[in-house]
Amino acid sequence: METLHNHGERRLGIVASGSLTKGVEVRLDGGISVEDIAVGRYVTVEGEKRRFFGMITDVALDAIDPRLMTMPPDVSDPFIAEVITGTSTFGRLHVLPALTIGGDALSLLEGPQPVKTVPAHFSTVREASEQDVERVFGQVEEKQFYIGTPLDMETKVRLDPEKLVMRSSGVFGKTGTGKTFLARLILIGIIQEGAAVNLVFDMHNEYGWEGTSEEGRKVKALKQLFPSKVAVFTLDEENARRRKVSTDFVVEIGYDEVEPDDIAMLHETLGLTDAAVQATYRLARRFGERNWLESFLAIEGREELNELAQSLGEHEATLAALRRRLEMLRRLRFLVPHASENAIQRILESLDRGIHVVLEFGRYGDDIASYILVANLLTRRIHERYRERVERAKGEDVARPRPLVITIEEAHKFLNPDISGQTIFGTIAREMRKYNVTLLVIDQRPSGIDDEVMSQLGTKITCLLDDERDIDSVLAGVSGKSELKSVLAKLDSKQQALIFGHAVPMPVVVRTREYGSPQSYKEFGFREALERKKKAEEEAKDLWG
Amino acid sequence: MVDRIGEVIEASTGEFMAQCYELHQPPPFGSLVMTKEGEVEIYGVVSGATTTSIEPGRRPIARGSEEADEEGIYRSSPQLAKLLRTEFSALVVGHRENERLHHYLPPRPARIHSFVYLCDTDVVALFSQSLDFLSILVSAQGQADELVAASLRHAAAAHKAPRDFLVKAGKDLAVLLGGETNRLNTILRRIRG
Ligand SMILES: Nc1ncnc2c1ncn2[C@@H]1O[C@H](COP(=O)(O)OP(=O)(O)OP(=O)(O)O)[C@@H](O)[C@H]1O
Ligand SMILES: [Mg+2]
Repeated sequence: METLHNHGERRLGIVASGSLTKGVEVRLDGGISVEDIAVGRYVTVEGEKRRFFGMITDVALDAIDPRLMTMPPDVSDPFIAEVITGTSTFGRLHVLPALTIGGDALSLLEGPQPVKTVPAHFSTVREASEQDVERVFGQVEEKQFYIGTPLDMETKVRLDPEKLVMRSSGVFGKTGTGKTFLARLILIGIIQEGAAVNLVFDMHNEYGWEGTSEEGRKVKALKQLFPSKVAVFTLDEENARRRKVSTDFVVEIGYDEVEPDDIAMLHETLGLTDAAVQATYRLARRFGERNWLESFLAIEGREELNELAQSLGEHEATLAALRRRLEMLRRLRFLVPHASENAIQRILESLDRGIHVVLEFGRYGDDIASYILVANLLTRRIHERYRERVERAKGEDVARPRPLVITIEEAHKFLNPDISGQTIFGTIAREMRKYNVTLLVIDQRPSGIDDEVMSQLGTKITCLLDDERDIDSVLAGVSGKSELKSVLAKLDSKQQALIFGHAVPMPVVVRTREYGSPQSYKEFGFREALERKKKAEEEAKDLWG
Repeated sequence: MVDRIGEVIEASTGEFMAQCYELHQPPPFGSLVMTKEGEVEIYGVVSGATTTSIEPGRRPIARGSEEADEEGIYRSSPQLAKLLRTEFSALVVGHRENERLHHYLPPRPARIHSFVYLCDTDVVALFSQSLDFLSILVSAQGQADELVAASLRHAAAAHKAPRDFLVKAGKDLAVLLGGETNRLNTILRRIRG
């Protein structure tokens, strides 16, 4: 028997049947144990005219004679077992061919091409070699970003940040599967290659200064790795100080900046009735856009409230309920009557200079209402400015603003079918990159996100999901859906992901590259202080002799 | 070295019968023998052997009641060996023509009185490099399964890695026998060693 450890060329079997839409059935050779095979791995098929490149999407056992199963041979005898496997009983693979590589002169010239047919009967199926994978995913140059390695292989799989940021994308997976680690890697890729500037709404304070691994180990986050390219903004200075994070700016939001639209986004979280939401617009008309919230919150007495209700033509109960619900805003320290410095302006200035902004929520990350309020409010204004500038760039001879990627966690809170039609995030997802703004959404419950938004995501990166609805929603509209489904359901519960869409040439299962070790930081160009000093000294020596 | 052991006394395309030069010394069941038809070497697998009286219809009578051992019978009646003969049959499984081995039937049967040789391990190993002859054996009349098993045990002994050889042969059989799981089981149990 051949050894398990492959150099990539091991013969697995032959094509027995298949179709273009459903993929091909491969009969495993006798010497190959189904247990050595994993879904998600790559194979090549030597067709008569071309070589096909595809992914294993299922593994099955089969027997020539169904009676064999009722009268099993004496497989406790190792000899008999060895004879039977691969002959009377055999393994079957399901392979989804995705691309043709090499084979004829044309395809060598053109590079991998989408498949338009299936390999002939009895074509030989082999494990893909490292070179094959490289041919498909492209060679990763020294300074280029890669996201991980294919299962059981060393070749690096490139995720092209330029292509990624052209459209909105999503990172999915159930809790604890590595979404945050993946997203941080992706952000690093974008920073490293300068594909866009990032604005990260950092709910749990994991992207700015440092995050934690499951073992409680601290891992460096963006600011530590790219000190000159990243600014950490915070909503909660106290919390940042306690965590010994030096922040670049403390964000305050004035009551005068909160518009009724911002409150409307909270209707679900705060349990506001439609009538209560409508009332906010009336309040704004009464007190003015800039004063309504402060004025309304300033009302203390019942009588005063009743008077107001009467003059607005509202039910007293509606206003009273609204007042009660909005009371929570007072507990948010970052909300002040009037902010001394305009946070939106500061964020935009940073972004314009190519500085990536991570907004830490501090303790407010646990309060979903704060997260929704702030993310919506800031994004709405920033998007507006981007839109103005892009429009202006069309008319005048000024540069378009840098592409911007906005990262949000718990994306279904912003993009569920009820509100995605109204929120700024729904708009951004739908308009693609019209105004140079796209999203990186992170979610553990993709089925909670509007189907239409899901279908607009250019690249999807998904860790293990086990809820059928979540799987369906992530794979909706993908060719080979049912095949990919079995691949997705079989991912390891950590640090493995299925990636498909715009930024990769074909669906790929990767072992996400390791993040958190000194070596991993080094690969991002990070140098420990000591090393930095040494390098500076060396450079000085070079300079002065 | 090949050992001359007898002469063809009856032949057809698929089978031949030979008489042994030595009484009671037929080649083992399942072993590989070779005879010639002109330049063509014809290979057969020994499928059975008998020892009978040379006169048809007459059977020897028991003679040993007074003897101390069985050999004593032949010592007391030396003519006995002349009245008996040992014959064996072989299923033709291939031939060699112009230096090339073929694992299918030859163009013509062996000639009567052609010499028959017992193949040595080198020849057995060479011949059994291809297992195509198994299809002839599995469809043999009579005790085909016993024959297949015996010939494989024999051939295995000539190979450097007998187990690997048997696994490969087993796999070929599994394919040849398709749905006949019972027969496959029977044979595998007889060759697992
Ligand atoms: N690429 C990686 N390198 C090293 N460790 C990883 C990697 N991916 C995941 N892990 C490990 O898995 C743990 C969970 O990952 P992560 O925090 O990213 O999960 P998550 O999907 O964001 O979870 P949650 O839904 O709870 O936010 C990490 O704490 C880390 O220990
Ligand atoms: Mg997370």
